[in-house]
Amino acid sequence: MATLLRKSRALQLLGLMFPGGFWMVVFFLLPLLFIVVLSFLDNERLFTLEGYQRVFDPLYIGIFLQSIWISLLTTIISLLISFPVALFMARLPKGWRDIALFAVMIPFWTNFLVRTYALQFLMRNQGPINLLLQWIGLIDEPLSMLNTPAAVMVGLIYGNLPFMILPVYTSLEKFDWTLLEAAQDLGASAWPAFFRVMLPLTAPGLLSGSILTFVPAIGSYVTAELMGGGKATMIGRVIAGQFEQAQNWTFGSAMSLILMVIVTIFALIYFRLGRGERVAL
Amino acid sequence: MAQLVSASSSAPANVAGESRARVSAGRLVLTTITAATFAFLYVPIFVLIIFSFNQAKSGATWTGFTTEWYAKMFANEDLIEAALNSLLVGTISTLVAVVLGTLLALAMERYSFKGKAFWDGLLYMPVIIPEIVAGVSLLLFFAFIGLERGFPTLLAAHVAFTTPFVYLTVRARLADFDRSVEEAAMDLGADEWHTFWRITLPLLMPGVVSGALLAFTLSMDDFIISNFVKGVGWNTLPVYVWPQLKRAVSPEINAASTMLLLFSIFIVVLSLVLQRRQSRI
Repeated sequence: MATLLRKSRALQLLGLMFPGGFWMVVFFLLPLLFIVVLSFLDNERLFTLEGYQRVFDPLYIGIFLQSIWISLLTTIISLLISFPVALFMARLPKGWRDIALFAVMIPFWTNFLVRTYALQFLMRNQGPINLLLQWIGLIDEPLSMLNTPAAVMVGLIYGNLPFMILPVYTSLEKFDWTLLEAAQDLGASAWPAFFRVMLPLTAPGLLSGSILTFVPAIGSYVTAELMGGGKATMIGRVIAGQFEQAQNWTFGSAMSLILMVIVTIFALIYFRLGRGERVAL
Repeated sequence: MAQLVSASSSAPANVAGESRARVSAGRLVLTTITAATFAFLYVPIFVLIIFSFNQAKSGATWTGFTTEWYAKMFANEDLIEAALNSLLVGTISTLVAVVLGTLLALAMERYSFKGKAFWDGLLYMPVIIPEIVAGVSLLLFFAFIGLERGFPTLLAAHVAFTTPFVYLTVRARLADFDRSVEEAAMDLGADEWHTFWRITLPLLMPGVVSGALLAFTLSMDDFIISNFVKGVGWNTLPVYVWPQLKRAVSPEINAASTMLLLFSIFIVVLSLVLQRRQSRI
């Protein structure tokens, strides 16, 4: 009887795990392993290290470094913007807080392509900002605001800001404000109270937001393409190019693998700092 | 930052004059940053909506009101077909992902078994792996096993990247689940099967619905992965719209973008209404 029950429990587990588990292994894990294998194979499917040799070309090293730099800066700036915004939202009365939350949710659920396009439209040489500035008479010639690393960064911040505000807000909403008062009653001044009490207790939200901003930023393709054009290149554009125009799958796979390694390193740092706390969705 | 902390500490009763001044200064800073951030998030969207009614064929000079671009858009058969394709893929993949994700959540939350850490990691990976890498890996995989790209490959990919999000959402709900309700049902003579359908699933529903809406939105919005796995001549809406966004040749695209925006807002409102209704039960 007992063995039968245990057996049926194993069967239950199999029934629950198998469909989803099978799907994820076949259509997610296995393809990722293909990247690893194909990065070492040339067009005739013979072993080669050519892909990796090309990655270490100063040109591509530069693109990798620029991508990491842009993504890190995007994450930090987003964090610096989101913290005060989330703080403001968390201190609002209930009704207003719901409205503010709704206002953050809309861009969160809105098509990313369309939003990035809207920003690009605004910032174009013949776009509304330039026309407005010329009309006021502040400038004579249109400012060219697009096709720079800074433009890519503005686009990434714009695109991913809700992903930062929401987790930061969630952790601030749960924060017990009396702790801050207690720290100050015990003689801590504002700064130490902030760094020793508030920051550690809201860290999980800040870290979640950071990883949810950093990952899409470093792999960005849409933003890099629309805001950076041909001039400010990110890894994502180079990878896509290898599978579209260049048809160099070996090199494309090698770069994808290195991008995965970079993201994994940052994710491990994140799990270390957050003591394994999972991203709140 | 010091002011921010004072602004957020909630002890207004005994503050001296000097710190009261600091509190209001802090509040002013917070309000300004928040207002600027919301303007940053919304101005591009509103400008795009306004200019979708502009008569001018190019540029951002306002030449008069028209609904011509909307008429053109609705007459564009390719665009309508792409939108219907998106709805089809979104609906089917959401239905599959909801079942797979919910089953996985039940298995991972309620059973202990060997290799659980592996599945934990695998089901979390889609949050960490950049979309471009996932897209490229599926392209390689389908090419290698000789599967022609088209509707089935698109569907397989969409289920794979949405299932983990359903799983994470439902599992979070399960973790807060009060199991004594189930025990009570069993004590009253319900078997496991009945307990699941009559007690567990209804209580789990808000999580399942949130997961479903998230999956549907992710599927409808996805461009990068879809672009790599879709077949020739078979477009989803974002894939169809992309080359036109890049060239930005016709204001028709502003009208199409506005429609996509309205659709996203509809989904947010729907999800809020559903959650409200369920939390009342």
